[in-house]
Amino acid sequence: MESESLHLNIDYVGSSGVILSPEQKTALQTSLKILQSENKCHKVYFWGKILGIKDDYFIAQGVERDEMSGKRTFYSKDCFHWGLLPPASKSMRENSKLAKGRFTGDASYEFEHTESKKLGEGEDATEEEETVTIKEEDRLASVVAEIDEDVCIVPRASFIRTPDGEVIANRSFEGLTVSEAAKLCAYMHFREPNNLKEKSLLHKANLEKSIDFMDVLEDDIPKGSWSLQFERGSGLVTLRSLLWLGYVFYHIPGTRKFGSVYVGTGEKNMDLPFML
Amino acid sequence: MSTPQTPVNQELNLNLKEQKYIAAKSYLLGASTDTGLNLYDHLSTILSRVLDQRPDNAVDIFEDLSKDAKRSKFKSNADTVQNKIDQSTEVALAQVQKKLFARAGGEEGEVEPDEEVETPLPNLMELCFFFEQAGIGLNREEIYRVWLALKGLVDSHPLQHVRFWGKILGTEQNYYVAEVEYREGDEEEEEEEETDEHAEEETADKEGEEEGEEEEQEEDDTPKPDFKPPPVVPKEDNRTGSNKKVYFVCNDPGKNWQKLPTVTPTQISVSRQIKKFFTGRLDAPVISYPPFTGNEANYLRAMIARISAGTNISPLGFYQFDEEEEEEEEGAARDNFVENLDFEGIPVRDLVEPSLNNWVHHVQHILPQGRCTWWNPVQKTEDDFEDEEEEEEREEPDEPEPEVGPPLLTPLSEDAEIGNMPPWTARLSSSLIPQYAIAVMHSNLWPGAHAFASGKKFENVYIGTGHKYSQENFSPASPPAIQEEFPSGPEITEAEDPTPEEEAALRAAQQEAAEAAEEMEEAEEEEEEDD
Repeated sequence: MESESLHLNIDYVGSSGVILSPEQKTALQTSLKILQSENKCHKVYFWGKILGIKDDYFIAQGVERDEMSGKRTFYSKDCFHWGLLPPASKSMRENSKLAKGRFTGDASYEFEHTESKKLGEGEDATEEEETVTIKEEDRLASVVAEIDEDVCIVPRASFIRTPDGEVIANRSFEGLTVSEAAKLCAYMHFREPNNLKEKSLLHKANLEKSIDFMDVLEDDIPKGSWSLQFERGSGLVTLRSLLWLGYVFYHIPGTRKFGSVYVGTGEKNMDLPFML
Repeated sequence: MSTPQTPVNQELNLNLKEQKYIAAKSYLLGASTDTGLNLYDHLSTILSRVLDQRPDNAVDIFEDLSKDAKRSKFKSNADTVQNKIDQSTEVALAQVQKKLFARAGGEEGEVEPDEEVETPLPNLMELCFFFEQAGIGLNREEIYRVWLALKGLVDSHPLQHVRFWGKILGTEQNYYVAEVEYREGDEEEEEEEETDEHAEEETADKEGEEEGEEEEQEEDDTPKPDFKPPPVVPKEDNRTGSNKKVYFVCNDPGKNWQKLPTVTPTQISVSRQIKKFFTGRLDAPVISYPPFTGNEANYLRAMIARISAGTNISPLGFYQFDEEEEEEEEGAARDNFVENLDFEGIPVRDLVEPSLNNWVHHVQHILPQGRCTWWNPVQKTEDDFEDEEEEEEREEPDEPEPEVGPPLLTPLSEDAEIGNMPPWTARLSSSLIPQYAIAVMHSNLWPGAHAFASGKKFENVYIGTGHKYSQENFSPASPPAIQEEFPSGPEITEAEDPTPEEEAALRAAQQEAAEAAEEMEEAEEEEEEDD
């Protein structure tokens, strides 16, 4: 959700129970501006909130002109003092999946995970315990990266890939029509495509190169991992991810207004297949 | 057009540069096979437009200009289609919600009696304001619509108490839930019709069963299984236990409120074993294992009962037990409380203490059985099957341990931890102006359940998908173990067939024996004859 008009846009996701208190709104309005100028970001997005037991983390993302590759993530507990999160490396993300339970709200907290390994075979087998410690800050960075990768979405044609590979906002995007907005194929994952290459040649021939360079939601597994609802009749379309409960995307058909926010516990819904 | 010109150009003896120029121009003039446009005209249109309008940084928006020029080509100037406005769903919903805004006094002559007892309608906007301080809740406009809808509910039903319980997010639609209590006696009237229907159905069912049994007895062929299903735990009466309150739901404020059916203990205990998303349609089936009896309306009702029991909390001392009732029985759990008129309010600082001693549950705990008060299954069976006393005596049923839960108005400090996580998180709504902050409680066991308290005011709300939190992943109940086979013994064990040799040997042996016997007989006979 763009920080520029956060105080207005946050209302669009209010029906999903995402609300900022006046104090938080005010603080964010001031602090995100400062964050943007200090870090020389092209734009700052309010990414959302991860609920901890003692404290919540507010997350903001600063982007370069190329919004897909140049991303920096910041976190704050009081909406005012922002700290830079480390970029999530692969090993960090692997490790943080081992951490169980909710975030505590203390960035220096360390989760411990013990794994018992069997050494040797037959009767000589001895069990050895290996302890992995995961810092909460690292886990936070990995979870943000995971969510961005799994569920961060944009309407089709809202971003274009320029001939030199940059991904920039499409100036001539004028919003989806109501009938388009009701289909999952009109929304795309804002990430490097994973399953675009596996499409048939016939399908690929029909794609517009500068627009269809990302995966569409229609191919997501399992089917039904998105809940698409129209609110206010058809004046507002809301997509909620059932995989990451708390991720809400909104778009007003016929306008350039769209955005998303995550407010949740930062735990993936692994039970999804049983719940549909 | 260009082909006839080529020889002419050559004739004109143009130099090389001019020839190249003409070749390039003719290429640019080539019409596209798809659209019939050519690049030369297109570029000249754009350039003339740029020179006309002189936009800043024309090179940056060149693509847009190009697109715009192309698009304007196709625009039909006739306005016949554009004037027709689509009656979108947006309008349809607005029409539905229009009736929310109808004034009660609109109907002439109907003067509202001023002396009516206090309206049960809560001051929802005030509560919304408090929740907003804590960053919980819904849009203000949405809340206001809910408020209007609640008003409609109050006007159309004889209610004593109404509360906005919360919102459940479904996959297709959402539910707004209202918690109500009927005025004494009024509920029965309204329910009579329903219960009559139910009773008829039940009797019909019973008759059907009896008939079936008779038929079976006549034939008396098929063996009956000696399995007796465990007795069904009876559901709690209205106004007690898990059926204390009545719930109404609607998908959109303005649409009709629908009353949820009462909940049965079986539904509660099954709902504990399954985890399903709500779809938003009350008549949707709940497909699960173990099978859930009823449709989504029943599932929703069961979840509401569980969430209420787990998360409806109030500051200590706001409610107190009725002193008259206190003397009745010591053993029985007290399930009635009254508002404490002398309640002074607890300082906010004390309310957010991590010990949580200052908050109490004001909804009864639901036992594992699915009821709030324990019901003894054994006693019931003895009454029912008096004829089978002998059997009962032989079996000596164990007296089951009565299930006991925490009594009403138990402080939150008694709540069980989730793993090593505290079940509640207490916070102040503001750190910058703590003087006017309110105390806010977030449930960690039921994410989405919140409560606030400030002075004498408090309220609970639930906004979420309606699932309990667990650190472990959900694993569906496994199907029961395979039934044991009939114990194998010599009488049912199949023996190996004898080989031909064995058969031959046996036959030979038999023959020999027979011959020997015959000989013996003959010999005996001879002997007898001799005698």
